[in-house]
Amino acid sequence: MLTKRIIACLDMDAGRVVKGVQFKNLRDAGNPAECAAAHARNGADEIVLLDITATSGNRGTMLHAVRSTAHSLFVPFTVGGGIRQLDDAAAVFDAGADKIAINSAAVRDPELISRIAGRFGSQAVVVAIDAKRIDRSFEVFIAGGRVPTGRDATQWAQEAAASGAGEIMLTSMDRDGTQCGFDCELVRAVAEAISIPVIASGGAGSARDFVEVFRDGRADAALAASIFHFGIENIAQLKRELHDASIPVRWPC
Amino acid sequence: MIAIVDYGAGNLNSVKKAFDYLGAEVAVTGQPELAAAADKIVLPGVGHFSSLRTLNSTGLRQALLQSASAGKPFLGICLGMQWLFEGSEECTEIAGAAIFPGKCRQFPSSVKSPHVGWNSLEIQEGSLLLREVAQDSFVYYTHSFHAPIVSAMTGASEYGLRFAGAVEQDNIFGVQFHPEKSGDVGLSILKNFCEV
Repeated sequence: MLTKRIIACLDMDAGRVVKGVQFKNLRDAGNPAECAAAHARNGADEIVLLDITATSGNRGTMLHAVRSTAHSLFVPFTVGGGIRQLDDAAAVFDAGADKIAINSAAVRDPELISRIAGRFGSQAVVVAIDAKRIDRSFEVFIAGGRVPTGRDATQWAQEAAASGAGEIMLTSMDRDGTQCGFDCELVRAVAEAISIPVIASGGAGSARDFVEVFRDGRADAALAASIFHFGIENIAQLKRELHDASIPVRWPC
Repeated sequence: MIAIVDYGAGNLNSVKKAFDYLGAEVAVTGQPELAAAADKIVLPGVGHFSSLRTLNSTGLRQALLQSASAGKPFLGICLGMQWLFEGSEECTEIAGAAIFPGKCRQFPSSVKSPHVGWNSLEIQEGSLLLREVAQDSFVYYTHSFHAPIVSAMTGASEYGLRFAGAVEQDNIFGVQFHPEKSGDVGLSILKNFCEV
């Protein structure tokens, strides 16, 4: 039986894993290769590494971190942040990523999705969507959530899928960093509208939140960053609780 | 030496990295002569069945078929396993190696496609490649087309229907999942291939 995936996300700044609340008060949470290996040992089904600074000046640092993280990681590994063109994606794959995540660049140039998918396969292209509730709908924001696009999240997810995206990583900006639960309404709206997998992100705080996003939100995978750092929620413990709640998970693994 | 065949489709780093980690001597090559000279062959692959066209245009197809019929251990991964069948609905004008009968087909519309994630593998007894792999171990899949159930099937998974996750006949092995991305279970499968 296909299991629901638990994805650990590492936010990286200048080659170090950092954690703060809504990108403020960043605390050093360690070396990306060590963090990724620890999460994988603990039962993470995939690792996502997001370069939150992603300026062109630190590409070398970023690629070095990707290479060292990929070196002894044998679960799927996604890298995002600052990928604006095919060559950026190629460099990240060459450093050892299995998938790349693109966000703003895909909104500005949707053909980037098909260019990367055409060369590396759709399974390697994750389109990340940051969505915020505006009245009764969900609007797509880009540039780290600073710029509204006027686009509807579900419609954009459908277009991204049609362009060759292999998965959608859907972040609720309203819930991100709050640890008060995923936005199941948002996740379900998108998950039911497209045939590719949806990774829910933003708001994870407890095992109950994961049960709800899989059951009510129809998510295929759920991603969390903050709760998996500093031992707040242990992935192995989370998987035991999901298993007990009859959510299929890779456990034991 | 194990040759990892590069025919221009996707990213072969992960496969090479996993064999490197196991201490195997591997070379990534797109040259038919080098592939033919190797002791063992790995045919990886992601993406569309049409990318296998390159095998035909470069002479790799002949080299691979000769090595396979000469009894050299051969492992097809994902699209590389699908190539071992007669063909695929995904691209009907490209012929597979037809070592196993039948064509690869799309998943039924009752399930999302592609099939992405960790699924359990029902293992048949007696497989060399899956030797000492626990029953119902989880392996990582990412694919939209699946191989049919054949008598040479050594592992099966369920996704809308039951399909072949692993096949094996003498020196020819195929896995639809990605052992290089399937954690310790996957590494043990690649180690078994190194030891065949």
